[in-house]
Amino acid sequence: MATRHSRSAARLMMAPAVILLMGWMLVPLTMTLYFSFKRYLPMRGDSLERGLDWVGFENYVRFITSSSFWPSVQATLLIVGGVLVITVILGVLLAILLDQPFWGQGVVRILVIAPFFVMPTVSALVWKNMMMDPVNGMFAHLWRFFGTQPVSWMSDASVQSIILIVSWQWLPFATLILLTAIQSLDSEQLEAAEMDGAPVLARFWFIVLPHLGRAITIVILIQTIFLLSIFAEIFVTTGGSFGTRTLTYLIFQRVVDSQNIGLGSAGGVYAIILANIIALFLMRIVGKNLDR
Amino acid sequence: MGRITLDKVAKSFGEVEVIPPLDLTIEDGEFVVFVGPSGCGKSTLLRLIAGLEDVSAGEIRIDGKDATAVPPAKRGLAMVFQSYALYPHMSVRKNIAFPLRMAGLDAAEQERRVRAAADVLNLTDYLDRRPGQLSGGQRQRVAIGRAIVREPSAFLFDEPLSNLDAALRVGMRLEISELHNRLKTTMIYVTHDQVEAMTMADKIVVLRAGNIEQVGSPLELYRAPRNLFVAGFIGSPKMNLIGGDIAARHHATTIGIRPEHISVSPEAGEWHGTVGVSEHLGSDTFFHVACEGIPEPVTVRVGGEVSLHHGDAIWLTPDPDHLHRFDKDGLRVA
Repeated sequence: MATRHSRSAARLMMAPAVILLMGWMLVPLTMTLYFSFKRYLPMRGDSLERGLDWVGFENYVRFITSSSFWPSVQATLLIVGGVLVITVILGVLLAILLDQPFWGQGVVRILVIAPFFVMPTVSALVWKNMMMDPVNGMFAHLWRFFGTQPVSWMSDASVQSIILIVSWQWLPFATLILLTAIQSLDSEQLEAAEMDGAPVLARFWFIVLPHLGRAITIVILIQTIFLLSIFAEIFVTTGGSFGTRTLTYLIFQRVVDSQNIGLGSAGGVYAIILANIIALFLMRIVGKNLDR
Repeated sequence: MGRITLDKVAKSFGEVEVIPPLDLTIEDGEFVVFVGPSGCGKSTLLRLIAGLEDVSAGEIRIDGKDATAVPPAKRGLAMVFQSYALYPHMSVRKNIAFPLRMAGLDAAEQERRVRAAADVLNLTDYLDRRPGQLSGGQRQRVAIGRAIVREPSAFLFDEPLSNLDAALRVGMRLEISELHNRLKTTMIYVTHDQVEAMTMADKIVVLRAGNIEQVGSPLELYRAPRNLFVAGFIGSPKMNLIGGDIAARHHATTIGIRPEHISVSPEAGEWHGTVGVSEHLGSDTFFHVACEGIPEPVTVRVGGEVSLHHGDAIWLTPDPDHLHRFDKDGLRVA
């Protein structure tokens, strides 16, 4: 009796949150799906009031057969993968470094988190103009100091530049999560390994890294979700040229630049599918790792 | 072989001197227990021997060779930690094989030695489990197994039983003693529990604030505690320590008498008192008796069950052969 009552009461009380979240998710999703099957070119006079023409899968076919589709998927995966590799490796190393006792530890730890608080647009602009400008940038001065030709980052090494900028933003996040994980490592385990004859590198490989496994999967999962949708960094730096047009950016161009909402919506549906494929893989790995 | 000599070994953390210079020799094959209240430096002393802490001064010799600057892995000692320190992501087999793997032994030899250790410790059925799937006692055995396979010259135990429940503790105590009898390897065992010390040790080292208060066999410590601290620490229930006029009558500042060395009589005796709380253990009964002229209640042990009740008036007589006398510095008077 009591349990049945409390269960329905619980459902009732959860309902507003669930409905809100479902609406939040379902309304845009349904609209995207709806538009993706319509011809919707606002500049040519199409509008919701006058009714939109049903075009079947034409938008889908056009989006996927476009010469920019596959390069954009590749660019997306390249950038996401690159950022993940850099942030995880450097994050582990930084976490180990910050875990060592040193003078000013507290201040340094706060400073390390700082990049995470800078807005993506701002940090990308700072990087573009202050660091990577081929004439006045810090890197240009550094290159000239060593007597080499400065790199024009945004055009010659565009993808690398984006990876660098985004990695800089996300490194604090990875470091922070990995640092807390490293702090939870039982020091007796390390001492036991030391007694067992494991040198420093073996202790890192056999004890520290497995201990961090769970934290690393969480970092990868969360970062992937956010990295699939990076936009501002590309918008303010290369504007999608020089091979930096990701799937997200391509959709933006189809909708805003080409004013083709139907085509962009079809692209959005592809993006959802891609994200779900990646999520499926990740959830399997994470599930395996979290199950211990 | 495992003869460990500490020569004027001292340890300080910054300004704080945890262990003032001390000398100690542990003979090959001995089971030595470091015992003392918490914070007495017994774990630090063990870690100094293990090499996990660096000594501030003095010299540690293992089998005659100076090991003061030798890294822990090279000292040939194996340690069992209080938290067991098992590697949670490795199976029991891999945990036990880890030191062998680090030593670069081939897979067949590793497997052979792991099997042998698992046989000794009854772990054969659990080799493929993870530490998380084992009970406390089993984890303890895996930790011991990891120490055994290295065939060390001495084992170091850092309060290995303190995380187990009382029943399991008694069982593991026997197992470790049995293991020592079989392997005949030097073992150094740290505990704060004097019962563990009394039951397991060949030699007990009583520590207080980093100082060695007394070294000796369990019965030596029981029969002839060198000072008040050892007298109060060794033995359960605690020795009754009585000062004042009563002690002066025995020509001492303080006298000590163990509960088991006091006889009880309803008619006559040396001290008159009333029975307070009594603890019935079946085999023994402990009475706490409030005596005239003695501020603390006197604990008395009587074999079997005795029908004395709260408030009964009785007479107590200490056995003069087992009376311990201490001078004003707390040292034993012969």
